[in-house]
Amino acid sequence: MINLSWYLIFAAALFSIGLYGVLSRKNAVAILMGIELMLNAININLVAFWRYQDPTVITGQVFAVIVFAVAAAEVAVGLALVISLYRRKNTVVANDINLLKW
Amino acid sequence: MNGFDFIFLFVALVTLVSAFKVVTAPKLIHAALWLIVALFGVAMTYVLLNAAFLAVVQVVVYIGAIAILMIFAIMLTRKVMEDTGPQMNPNWGWAAILGAAFFAGLTWLLLKSGAEGAALPSLAADFDPIVELGQQLVSPNAYVLPFEVASVLLLAALIGAIVVAWEK
Repeated sequence: MINLSWYLIFAAALFSIGLYGVLSRKNAVAILMGIELMLNAININLVAFWRYQDPTVITGQVFAVIVFAVAAAEVAVGLALVISLYRRKNTVVANDINLLKW
Repeated sequence: MNGFDFIFLFVALVTLVSAFKVVTAPKLIHAALWLIVALFGVAMTYVLLNAAFLAVVQVVVYIGAIAILMIFAIMLTRKVMEDTGPQMNPNWGWAAILGAAFFAGLTWLLLKSGAEGAALPSLAADFDPIVELGQQLVSPNAYVLPFEVASVLLLAALIGAIVVAWEK
């Protein structure tokens, strides 16, 4: 009875929750958490399409593996930036990070 | 409704509730712990979709590395942002409306596209997705180039992270 649409709606809900977190949180680390939720929703979509189309074509899983690598890179650089900003400006609030503003 | 459906609905419910707690929990460390639950739920979803390798990678990479890194960052930056103050933007209401509208739009598109009726294709008995994935990732005829580029990207990002966070 569970078909593709259940997974897609589940992923859409997870993505929307992550989007809400990214837009509403003040803390930069919390914004990164929202981005992680969105990336996970995308991965569920990729794997669900792989399973429900032709499982012998493994492209969906390969794409998910690449997304894993990019997510790890993104979170490493993002948290390094947060820590660096905390040292220099003593803040982690995204609104206060305006070094490039004239 | 059989046991498989029940397990899927349970996993989806737990994942969505914990994801909601991630974006609304007033204490950031609680949000990080809820994030671990949500990521574990996603790993369970991979198991339900016969993607065993991705489920293991999800636990190792996301829960073992990324969530722990988040907790480190929260603890290191704890002093400046007290847990008592407001954690939300003043315009969080617009964010909620946008999120709900995004979900409604995606669901509408999905129901309109007609993709929901796709039946589950059965896996052949002699087909192992893990073997296939491993061969495709290192096969010159398939995905070895994206795989290597991803490795170089990860290396560059980690070196960059060390340089950015270096204390002079």
